[in-house]
Amino acid sequence: MSMNATLLGQAIWFALFVLFCMKLVWPPLVKALEERKQKIAEGLNAADRAERDLEQAQQKVSENLTEAKAKAAEIIEQANKRASQILEEAKVNARTEGERLIAKAQGEIEQEINQAREQLRKEVSVLALSGAEKVLGAEVNRDAHKQLLEQLAAEL
Amino acid sequence: MAYETPQEYIKHHLTNLTYGKVPAGTPVCDSNANLTGETYQETSWIVATCYEELEAMGFWAFHIDSLGWSGFLGAVFILLFWLAARKAQAGVPTGFVNFIEIIVDFVDSQVRDTFHGKSKMIAPLALTIFCWVFLMNSVKLIPVDFVPGAAHWLGLEYFKIVPTVDPNITLSMSFCVLLLIIGFSIKAKGVGGFIAELTLQPFSSSNIVLKIILIPLNLVLELAALLAKPVSLGLRLFGNMYAGEFVFILAAALMGAWQVAVAWPWAVFHLLVITLQAFIFMMLTIVYLSLASEKH
Repeated sequence: MSMNATLLGQAIWFALFVLFCMKLVWPPLVKALEERKQKIAEGLNAADRAERDLEQAQQKVSENLTEAKAKAAEIIEQANKRASQILEEAKVNARTEGERLIAKAQGEIEQEINQAREQLRKEVSVLALSGAEKVLGAEVNRDAHKQLLEQLAAEL
Repeated sequence: MAYETPQEYIKHHLTNLTYGKVPAGTPVCDSNANLTGETYQETSWIVATCYEELEAMGFWAFHIDSLGWSGFLGAVFILLFWLAARKAQAGVPTGFVNFIEIIVDFVDSQVRDTFHGKSKMIAPLALTIFCWVFLMNSVKLIPVDFVPGAAHWLGLEYFKIVPTVDPNITLSMSFCVLLLIIGFSIKAKGVGGFIAELTLQPFSSSNIVLKIILIPLNLVLELAALLAKPVSLGLRLFGNMYAGEFVFILAAALMGAWQVAVAWPWAVFHLLVITLQAFIFMMLTIVYLSLASEKH
């Protein structure tokens, strides 16, 4: 074991390599590691954020769904109401229409009855006249018996 | 490369390839480690080829193998991580880059857990220490005779490939850490604060005279504590690696080709030791620097 100038030589190597490591090796490696760490942290953050967003979106969806359901129920109810209303109206309309038709038909019937009656009356007066002529054997002066005839007709 | 005894084999395998300054009068060896009978006429720089030359070298000697392998492995570390750093981006990482990022993330989290101050230097420092020491330790998993054998074939008498089995290497690194400890202390507390920390504790008094009397005692204690840190740091790594390498060499010296029976399980066990020692060196560096930059 002899101590000698090898000490100095090794000290120079030591200083040289430490210096090289400090200047050339360490900074880029640590920078890359640091950057990767940051990248991973950002990634994790983004994942967290995405999860939160998803949760919010799901919440919103379910809210929207409930709202939509409520709205749909409301619409259906309205529609039902409206339908029954329309039905009711239709019923009323139909009834009035029916009544109107009945009334109209009755009017026509009555009118026809009256016409028939009128005609009958005329024919009766003509028959009565011709009957009377045959009975009397003479001509009945229409004008002279006009009053009588009319009275007869009216009595029919 | 003839070994008469296992002792010689072990000693040979624990000797570094050394380039250093020998004084005049040192005996000259030839490339086969034999004395030529001549002596150097003047002070000269040589690559030692025998123990006589090695022993003549003083402080001015360099372990070429340790320094070469440590530099090569450090360059391998820087190159691998630099390639990964060029490809790294915030997207999904693949294969090799991912592996490098795992190491970087591991070191970064250790630093964050232990060091609470702010420093641009400490994390790259920890990464460099961990990977570099790990690579330097793991060279010992290569069977002990492979590389020295190849080196011998190339004409090099001694070749020890594991840098961390050389106390010069580990202590050099730990004393660099000591310099950083002092630097961090001064940066955090100022020169006055640092000196106060060395002199005014652990014993203190409200009496000013007593306080001054206690300064030398505190200084001795605190300096010992300060120096114990790098010394223990460097010697722990060296001791562990030396002991492990010693077992490999012993197995090779005593058992020849049958060394596999011992060396293989020992190598498997050493996978753990190698990683653990690199980790401990890194962690203690972080802890010491963290303590240095904390205010009391």
